[in-house]
Amino acid sequence: MHRYILKRLLMLIPVLLGVSLTVFALLYFSPGDVVDSIVAQGGVYSEEDAAQLREEFGLNKPFFIQYLSYIKGIVLHFDFGTSYLTKRSVTAEILDRFPTTVLLAVLGIGIAFAIGVPAGILSATRQYSMFDNIVTPISLLGVSMPGFWFGLMLIILFSVKLEWLPASGFYGPKYWILPALTIGFSAAAFIMRMTRSSMLEVIRQDYIRTARAKGQSERIIITKHALKNALIPIITSTGLQFGFMLGGSILAESVFAISGLGKLILDGIKARNYPVVQGGILFIAFVFSFVNLLVDVIYAYADPQIKSQYVRKRRRDK
Amino acid sequence: MEKDTLLAVRGLTIQYETDSGVVHAVNGLDMELRHGETLGLVGETGAGKTTAALGIMRLLPEPPAKIQSGEILFKGEDVLKKSDAELRSMRGKKVAMIFQDPMTSLNPVLTVGEQIAEVIQLHERKSAAEAHVKAQEMLRLVGIPPERFSEYPHQFSGGMKQRVVIAIALACDPELLIADEPTTALDMTIQAQVLELMRSLRKELNTSMILITHDLGVVAEMCDRVAIVYAGEIVEQGTAHDVFNDTKHPYTMGLFGALPDLEGSEERLHPIPGLMPDPTHLPEGCRFSPRCPKRTDACVQTLPKNVETVPGHSVRCLLYEHGMQG
Repeated sequence: MHRYILKRLLMLIPVLLGVSLTVFALLYFSPGDVVDSIVAQGGVYSEEDAAQLREEFGLNKPFFIQYLSYIKGIVLHFDFGTSYLTKRSVTAEILDRFPTTVLLAVLGIGIAFAIGVPAGILSATRQYSMFDNIVTPISLLGVSMPGFWFGLMLIILFSVKLEWLPASGFYGPKYWILPALTIGFSAAAFIMRMTRSSMLEVIRQDYIRTARAKGQSERIIITKHALKNALIPIITSTGLQFGFMLGGSILAESVFAISGLGKLILDGIKARNYPVVQGGILFIAFVFSFVNLLVDVIYAYADPQIKSQYVRKRRRDK
Repeated sequence: MEKDTLLAVRGLTIQYETDSGVVHAVNGLDMELRHGETLGLVGETGAGKTTAALGIMRLLPEPPAKIQSGEILFKGEDVLKKSDAELRSMRGKKVAMIFQDPMTSLNPVLTVGEQIAEVIQLHERKSAAEAHVKAQEMLRLVGIPPERFSEYPHQFSGGMKQRVVIAIALACDPELLIADEPTTALDMTIQAQVLELMRSLRKELNTSMILITHDLGVVAEMCDRVAIVYAGEIVEQGTAHDVFNDTKHPYTMGLFGALPDLEGSEERLHPIPGLMPDPTHLPEGCRFSPRCPKRTDACVQTLPKNVETVPGHSVRCLLYEHGMQG
């Protein structure tokens, strides 16, 4: 198991290299650079000043030289470059923002899980009941509704009309509620649909009938026999949603003016502050892959068959 | 009802209500099982054997299934009138069931030991540790090393899984065991082993059994009495000896004709022509009449009644009804 995890961690290296190359190339070949953006904002006046800035940032060098020195910096000094605008290291910029994003993601996924899984189970066990007929269309609405629009509607209702909750910022529990609901609601809908379909499949299996033939009660059949078998898709969808959230919810962060990771990258793109964008995306790729690995490890605890596969793999490796 | 009758099913009628019509799965089924006896329920696929068995356990998915009428008297109490709680204390304890496909009837995420211990803890006042010990005993009883208690179903072969299923079914020493084609999904050599195991355990524990099968060879080996099922009703019922040696119903004769005979010199088997009737549109009169070689005009119009030709041997065919009358 440990060997499997180590192997998966090593496999992150080529993934991250690929991501860095793609992002670097995209940014390099897209028109305009940070100097243009500074000039446009009236920061620099003469042509010479602009050329000097480009020289200073190393923007005149050929693509591969730039890319290699970027990678060299990361590998040798764990240096992801310096923000053109604030002159702070990208690492510091990201780590500044990351706790906010993590908090928001944990709240969001907490809401999603707490609503999605029970609603999905109830819907499946009472298929075509009143509850199911109400919740399933709502979940369809949830997955198809744009998050930013839902966020705006929440602001209109709770901040503007009712004046219960603040509409922007991220300074305390009161501020957390609306953004967490915004990202949590669609994830809840997604998880609910996954749970429902997975449970519906499992409760038709023969081993559920075996459990009934033992004289087991419905409640235990659902929680002990069915749910544990339905977990894999639930874990997958929850992990996926959590991964997305940890990458910063650009839309929710923009709507609620929260300085999270998503907003950092969005601002970086607007200002052509490429080191921040590159570093940010690399970081997101890393976090996302890490969550995926985590999900795979959790699989092993949910499903003994998968666990024995991991172990077999290790035996073969030896 | 006679004193030693364990299970009596009378006029059991079960239908499935589907979008494409009402499926008449079981139509007025009558059968009786005495203490310690093994009854073979024989019929083609789709004859309603499994539906009847699940009906006795009250394990049918309702809806779409619906028990229309009849009574199922287990030790004199009507199973159809029991509450959910009463049914739960009956299942697994008084009546246990072995299902057809061992590959899917065990829960893949629980260890086999847990699955055996579960039924023990449900019905016997035992601590987790005591149930654990009893479950290990059950494993030993069905020929699996007790050390394999904490292994998962995927670590067992099909035959071993069926042994585990048998261990679950017999763990609480049930009075009635319903085995629904317990060996159909296994290969021939394993079939023989599993049947032998069931026979010896049944004798040891003195369990009554309903064995559902379409294999007449298995019936000859295992059963005291046989009931031949066709289109949801029993067409012939009697001791294995009577049914095998003094076959009455044309359908039963057809079943035997479709078997290879080691001593005979015939080169071809004689399958019964035609197919089982569509249970959404059962034929008028005798259900078997469209396929029956001895059909008369009356067969198409009249549903034959159950006629006892000799005590304990009954048949549902006009040939014998007329014989009785004249």
